[in-house]
Amino acid sequence: MIRVTAAAMLLATASTAWAETHRISPGEGAQERLQEALILAQPGDTVVLEAGRFELTDGLSLDVDGVTLRGAGMDASVLDFTNQAGSGEGLLITSDHVTLRNFAVENAKGDGIKSKGADQIIYHALRVEWTNGPDASNGAYGIYPVEASNILVQDSIVRGASDAGIYVGQSENIIVRRNYVYENVAGIEIENSNFAEVTHNIAGRNTGGILVFDLPGLPKVGGGNVVVANNIVASNNTDNFAPEGNIVAAVPYGTGVMVMANKGVQVVNNAFEDNLTSHIMLIAYIQEYDDERYEPRPVDVLIAGNSYGAGGSAPDIAGGEMIAAAFGGALPPILTDGLHKRLSIEDTVPVISLGMERVGQSRAEAKPQLINALAAADTARFAPVTLPEGMEARVQ
Amino acid sequence: MKSSLVLLGCAMLALAGSADVRATITQELPINDSAIMDGIPRNLSEFGFFQDPKGRVPHGNLISYELNTPLYSDGADKLRYVYVPAGGRIDASGDGLLQFPVGSAIIKTFAFGEGETQRYIETRVLLNRADGWLALPYRWNDDQTEARLALAGARIPITRPDGEEISYRVPNKNQCKTCHSKNGDVIPIGPKVRNLPGEFLKGLAERGFIGTLPAGLEQLPVWGDDSASNGKLARAYLDVNCAHCHQPGGSASNSGLDLRWEQGDPHAIGIRKPPVAAGRGAGGHKVSIAPGDASASILVYRMESNDPGVAMPELGRSTTDDQAVAVMRKWIEEMPTS
Repeated sequence: MIRVTAAAMLLATASTAWAETHRISPGEGAQERLQEALILAQPGDTVVLEAGRFELTDGLSLDVDGVTLRGAGMDASVLDFTNQAGSGEGLLITSDHVTLRNFAVENAKGDGIKSKGADQIIYHALRVEWTNGPDASNGAYGIYPVEASNILVQDSIVRGASDAGIYVGQSENIIVRRNYVYENVAGIEIENSNFAEVTHNIAGRNTGGILVFDLPGLPKVGGGNVVVANNIVASNNTDNFAPEGNIVAAVPYGTGVMVMANKGVQVVNNAFEDNLTSHIMLIAYIQEYDDERYEPRPVDVLIAGNSYGAGGSAPDIAGGEMIAAAFGGALPPILTDGLHKRLSIEDTVPVISLGMERVGQSRAEAKPQLINALAAADTARFAPVTLPEGMEARVQ
Repeated sequence: MKSSLVLLGCAMLALAGSADVRATITQELPINDSAIMDGIPRNLSEFGFFQDPKGRVPHGNLISYELNTPLYSDGADKLRYVYVPAGGRIDASGDGLLQFPVGSAIIKTFAFGEGETQRYIETRVLLNRADGWLALPYRWNDDQTEARLALAGARIPITRPDGEEISYRVPNKNQCKTCHSKNGDVIPIGPKVRNLPGEFLKGLAERGFIGTLPAGLEQLPVWGDDSASNGKLARAYLDVNCAHCHQPGGSASNSGLDLRWEQGDPHAIGIRKPPVAAGRGAGGHKVSIAPGDASASILVYRMESNDPGVAMPELGRSTTDDQAVAVMRKWIEEMPTS
């Protein structure tokens, strides 16, 4: 262990001044001691959270590049925000090249961990949880990187978020892999982002498993080049507990993967099981907007190589019961509102369209119908997302 | 140097009871320009901004100022000063932020009570160094004899003059930056030409710190002025209390909300704008501002809440600014609904 640390420090020395390790223990004054360590840390330093429960009263933040914040394990070192009295999130990161690993954030009053404009950030083996489970009064996002490039979120667990467990927004070059997200409204959400890979995750018992959204009116608009592959997406049948007004409040329970707007989304090699509305849903953004940059329809969507278990038997959409009855008791595994442009489906399963003809049309005018699997989108697979050299080595 | 400081300190302690400390000081020590430019002083007194350890007597080279519409900070009174090094020139073109020369400092003390019962809580300093602005918080001790660096901030129970018990938050160094940030750099947020009294700017000109007076003085109304239009008060309040984060390049840029005074696009200031990442902060409402219906507006909901995770601004207040909520409600209620 000592040898490993020494080697790591030698590595760090190559590019920075002598890196230091600051050990912080829980107990009296933890808020000030930990926050001060995060402020005084120098690039290359590691702040270690010793095992135990850190009772915090305010949000924490880190604004120094190249710092690692490391605990003794996602169940051993717990940042407990149950008595938080201020700030919009538990932990806020605003610097680049930061590594967060092996600790937990519990019961933050707002978002769990947010990083804004923080490039080359790694979230590794973390647990972010609202311990009371699904509840509208929980914070919105568990793991929340926004407005950045080169983001890695892996091997983490998020539970209880009243919006999305893992939410990546307005960013580029993103890998979200091997996470377990459960009992959130959305398990994983990629929004207004490009070049994202969501792979080998388990999204279970959320309202919706994995969402790929693009919204108008934001600084960055025009999401796409998103791959959702090799995930298990199962039993996402939790009643929607998002506070109304948020876009995810409109996600029906029983949703596996939902694509709204975006250009270039590939849903491949996933295992779907027991999502009671629909395993895969493609829809246009139907609210009013005023944004010339914005394309409200899903464009260039590829669906291939997925396995489809039971599902669609209790669809949470207008007239769902009737439609399901008309199709033999369950909706087909793939549902589109009909407003997609260029859709390729290689899987041999039925596809239902609501037959909408224009954006903004009332759903009351839906004409549900089976459609043939089209082959209109380019089916060439996207190249894998690659992170800058040396980035992943920080957690190996 | 050090010993003379100590001697002076002793002299001042002895004089602390006298009615006019300033009159007894014959020779003023210079402001410590090197502390402004380098290092992180542990005590506020090291800067020499004040002539007495209690921080009641500003150095003759500090210029005090007020703002037409101030930031709400739980009802704290604020004593504001700016320091510009000799020969420095301020760029005052346009109606926005004054551009101070390197070596300048902005000093703001937060206090409750008046006269004998006035207590200082904290003094925040902004230092314009060669590599940019640095924000540091200093917390006054219980004896009110010194203010020490509080990098990690603090939470202090305070009884306001109106009797309300509040949990006052001294921001940590990073939280200073959360508000004082544009495109990742620390910047001042208060001294905008449009929100400064003309007298103050004329004073700067008389001292030779600025050349010609800029246009666009005092566009923002004086907060509490009954004759000011309610719409102007509302936009001024948003500009001063919200826009440092809610603007392109600000800490809340990802919200797409731009609450600056000069923003003319109704959607950008929140009219009929759906939330992005508000979570439970939306309070079940569908848009930031619902014209004609203040109670259905997220903006009002979040200003009225003191619940962390909902309350806006996120930092700097633990109580509701009732006067501002009333202005905002009236403004939204009077908006045309079509």
